[in-house]
Amino acid sequence: MKEQIIEILQDLTGSDEVATNLDINLFGAGLIDSMATVQLLLELQTQCGVDVPVSEFERSEWETPNKIIAKVESLKA
Amino acid sequence: MINMQPYQNPTYFLLIALTLLPVVIANLCEKKIYWYQTLISFGFLLLSFGGIKWHQGIALIVYVVLEIILIKLYFNYRLRSNNSWIFYLTVFIAIIPLIIVKITPAIYGGQVSIIGFLGISYITFKIVGMIMEIRDGAIKEFKLWQTIQFLLFFPTISSGPIDRYRRFIGDYNKQLSREKYLDLLEKGVWYIFLGFLYKFFIAYFFGTLLMPQVAQNALAHGGLSWWLVAYMYIWSMDLFFDFAGYSLFAVGTSYIMGIATPMNFNKPFAAPNIKEFWNRWHMTLSFWFRDYIYMRLVFFIMKKKLIKSRITIANLGYLTLFLIMGFWHGVTWYYIVYGLFHACAIIICDAWLRFKKKHRQQIPSNRFTKLFAIFLTFNTVCFSFLIFSGFLNTMMFHHIMK
Repeated sequence: MKEQIIEILQDLTGSDEVATNLDINLFGAGLIDSMATVQLLLELQTQCGVDVPVSEFERSEWETPNKIIAKVESLKA
Repeated sequence: MINMQPYQNPTYFLLIALTLLPVVIANLCEKKIYWYQTLISFGFLLLSFGGIKWHQGIALIVYVVLEIILIKLYFNYRLRSNNSWIFYLTVFIAIIPLIIVKITPAIYGGQVSIIGFLGISYITFKIVGMIMEIRDGAIKEFKLWQTIQFLLFFPTISSGPIDRYRRFIGDYNKQLSREKYLDLLEKGVWYIFLGFLYKFFIAYFFGTLLMPQVAQNALAHGGLSWWLVAYMYIWSMDLFFDFAGYSLFAVGTSYIMGIATPMNFNKPFAAPNIKEFWNRWHMTLSFWFRDYIYMRLVFFIMKKKLIKSRITIANLGYLTLFLIMGFWHGVTWYYIVYGLFHACAIIICDAWLRFKKKHRQQIPSNRFTKLFAIFLTFNTVCFSFLIFSGFLNTMMFHHIMK
């Protein structure tokens, strides 16, 4: 699951930093914007089978790779 | 009966200080006095929507009753079923009053609609947000009393900041510890005093002392002049300090009541590009547009695979967002051009960011380029505010009349 999410993030951001620094603030560093967020949600839906409606997406809860992984794992459980 | 507009004069602030004192004491004892909060909220609403503005008060009551019925009907429907067209229809019905209020002046030469009232836009934003979250299943319970409290929360009723239902209700029901409340109280008082500085000193200086004379000179000169350039900056400063000042009052008052209403501004003129500017300027409005229009539209297009190119989708999203924002400000050419201007600016900004990402090595990045980026963004924004101000429209008419 973890590798899968990191791979999605690498694809989205075009950066390897998301694999090396799992606590990087994706929004703060300008790696992800609203457009990429939507892509992320769609990828999570198709690849990981977690359904996150846009209104459940609170930026502060999804701002780092680690937070995204934790969030997806909690939604999966 | 007397009428008092929110945060306009010393008496209003004195009233806030006096009536909120019991709320402060109760919170310091880690208690909430809901009945009293409701009582003073009602009092302040009566003060703003009563007296000579009684017709606005009636419009507000009718509006809120009808909208709450609509929300409740949709909520009940959503428990059983989830048809997209019913959802679109509900959102459309919810915004009909706002559409009428916005279109009326354009049709009847500036005449104000009788169903309008101060803050109708901001309540409508809250309602539409609720409907969308009900659709998403994010709002799982409909509570009439809390919905009324959320919609009619008096500190933010006239011009925002636009809060979100679930966030507000969380604060409303939560009893803060004394330490946490003290922290909020301290910030709230600080914001109100900062608001005094912004609105009654700085905005007064730009808007009341400087602006009239500069405007007159710019009109007398006509066309492009240094007076027009000066007007552009002065108007922009006035807009920021007036609105940021008001927002500080609204947020400060909320804080004192134990509600952490989100901030509206975060050093917008220090933004290094237009995209970042919209993360800092009138934030609750731009985030509302981002979350409820842009992201939803992009999500819809991508999910249905209507358009392939991500860039095209993003750009279409920007155009939709800013055109709607333009129309929302009012149906005049300059508000709509303002919207288009920002859509183009952010599309160009995105293209530049993509280019920069690809050529990271070749493009210099140092203190000078960063300052230049802020300078360029600031001037682009001020120019957009000149369009927004309608002054160009005034100048044109002035020219024709001569």
